[in-house]
Amino acid sequence: MGVAAVAERGVTRYALRSVALAYLTVLLIVPVGLIVWRTFGAGLGPFWDALSAPSALHALRVTVVVAAWAVALNTVFGVGTAILLVRHDFPGRRLLNALVDLPMAVSPVVVGLALILVYGRFAPAGGWLEAIGIQVIFSVPGMVLATVFISLPLVVRAVAPVLEELGEEQEQAARTLGAGSWQTFRRITLPGIRWALGYGVVLCLARALGEYGAVAVVSGRLVDQTQTLTLFVEERFQNFDQPAAFAASTALALLAIVTLLLTKLLRSKDR
Amino acid sequence: MAVTVQTPPAVTSAGGARKRRAPTVLGVGTSLIYLSLIVLIPLAAVVWRSAEEGPRYFFDAVTTPDAWAALKLTIVASVWVALINLVLGTLIAWVLVRDDFPGKSIVDMLIDLPFALPTIVAGLVLLALYGPNSPVHVDLAYGRAGVVVALLFVTLPFVVRTVQPVLLELDREMEQAAASLGASPFVIFRRIILPNLVPAMVSGTALAFTRSIAEFGSTVLISGNLPFKTQVAAVYIFGQIESDNTTGAAAVATVLLAVALAVLVMLDLVQRWGWPPWLSAV
Repeated sequence: MGVAAVAERGVTRYALRSVALAYLTVLLIVPVGLIVWRTFGAGLGPFWDALSAPSALHALRVTVVVAAWAVALNTVFGVGTAILLVRHDFPGRRLLNALVDLPMAVSPVVVGLALILVYGRFAPAGGWLEAIGIQVIFSVPGMVLATVFISLPLVVRAVAPVLEELGEEQEQAARTLGAGSWQTFRRITLPGIRWALGYGVVLCLARALGEYGAVAVVSGRLVDQTQTLTLFVEERFQNFDQPAAFAASTALALLAIVTLLLTKLLRSKDR
Repeated sequence: MAVTVQTPPAVTSAGGARKRRAPTVLGVGTSLIYLSLIVLIPLAAVVWRSAEEGPRYFFDAVTTPDAWAALKLTIVASVWVALINLVLGTLIAWVLVRDDFPGKSIVDMLIDLPFALPTIVAGLVLLALYGPNSPVHVDLAYGRAGVVVALLFVTLPFVVRTVQPVLLELDREMEQAAASLGASPFVIFRRIILPNLVPAMVSGTALAFTRSIAEFGSTVLISGNLPFKTQVAAVYIFGQIESDNTTGAAAVATVLLAVALAVLVMLDLVQRWGWPPWLSAV
């Protein structure tokens, strides 16, 4: 290869690198950096004050309750469905496999609308639930349903490939030695998928804590009642309380970065 | 990444299979009920509500001037976003795999940040930098450029993360062979690297497109929700729900669902049956 060709390759390499880094800087790094800078510009005091205000704390509590329910439900569903899809064969397996991914293609607002149409006060199912004393829409159950919907595939998709790689020889050996299904699952399957499961749960939790659109529709956005942290950000911003909106945003952004680090750690355990 | 869910090889003895039949029925049943109650029945209700008043009403609800403008903006902006992602996403994946520079692993990790960051925070973050109080004096708020930037932010990881693993596993020997035979870097890229990347590039772009037409949270603040100008379909649906016009909301929602499903089904078909000649012959 001639000297000119080598020089040309160097130029191309630097050009590509510059374009990539410039795009990421303008789109990602500077905006996120700025919000952290703005929040902590005046020190930790105002940040702490904004987050320990009663309605911020209430929003945090609602967020944690909703996310905990959603993650618990999706973890059980996710592990069960992953085992079904990988370990069992049944008519409609391909369809179930495709349906699991469906929530990813649905707009969060449409998720909210869909749940209102079924579980709203004036819908048959919602009316019946209301008659026995369970209010779904504009209340925590509806927000849990919305959050479950949008984070549904994450645990399945984290666990299924690892389950596949694991194979079922050990499980069969355990069964041959007289272990029951539950014992086999707890002693053999679960330890095998633990890092993948952790990865899926962390992803699911992050998604649940950060959901905005679907929860905005089904919660009715009642301040101090059904307001989550993301709804708090929007409401504070619209009411010109920028410090509170920025503080809550930064808290959520820091959470997102912790999520990234955790998922990276958990993935490396599986590789 | 490339691992797909496959039926395990038929090594199970007949006895083992019989033993597991009962939990399968119970498990499949539970799994289906869960999916139905939360996903399938509610989505069917949306489609049902949109069709309830007849095709005429559906058509009228979708073609009211503001609904039509919102749909058009959503599709056009999403096509632009998908194309920009196609080019720059591939480029970023290339730089992350083939280039080396200090801080590369941090940049690599940051690519996933838009997935982890709540969308409303993404919107606020962009508005802080590119809004009316912009420290760099770039004001994209309440304009279509702002909408596109917000959509670019949330869709960043799709193409990068689908192309990157393929590029990592690409055999370098073919390129070396082509170079030793005198092919220029451009020819090597076009004739050897690009054909291998096209499937991943297309699926990443399709996923970015479907995410983009569905996006709500990040566009809410920066778009200002001006009907006919910056209101995207999801925000329009939200407005219709708030003003109790669930039928109109359901009609536009059905269009969004149909477009997303069409794109995903097409993607699935080309992945299973191969690429049309005009694509595989690039």
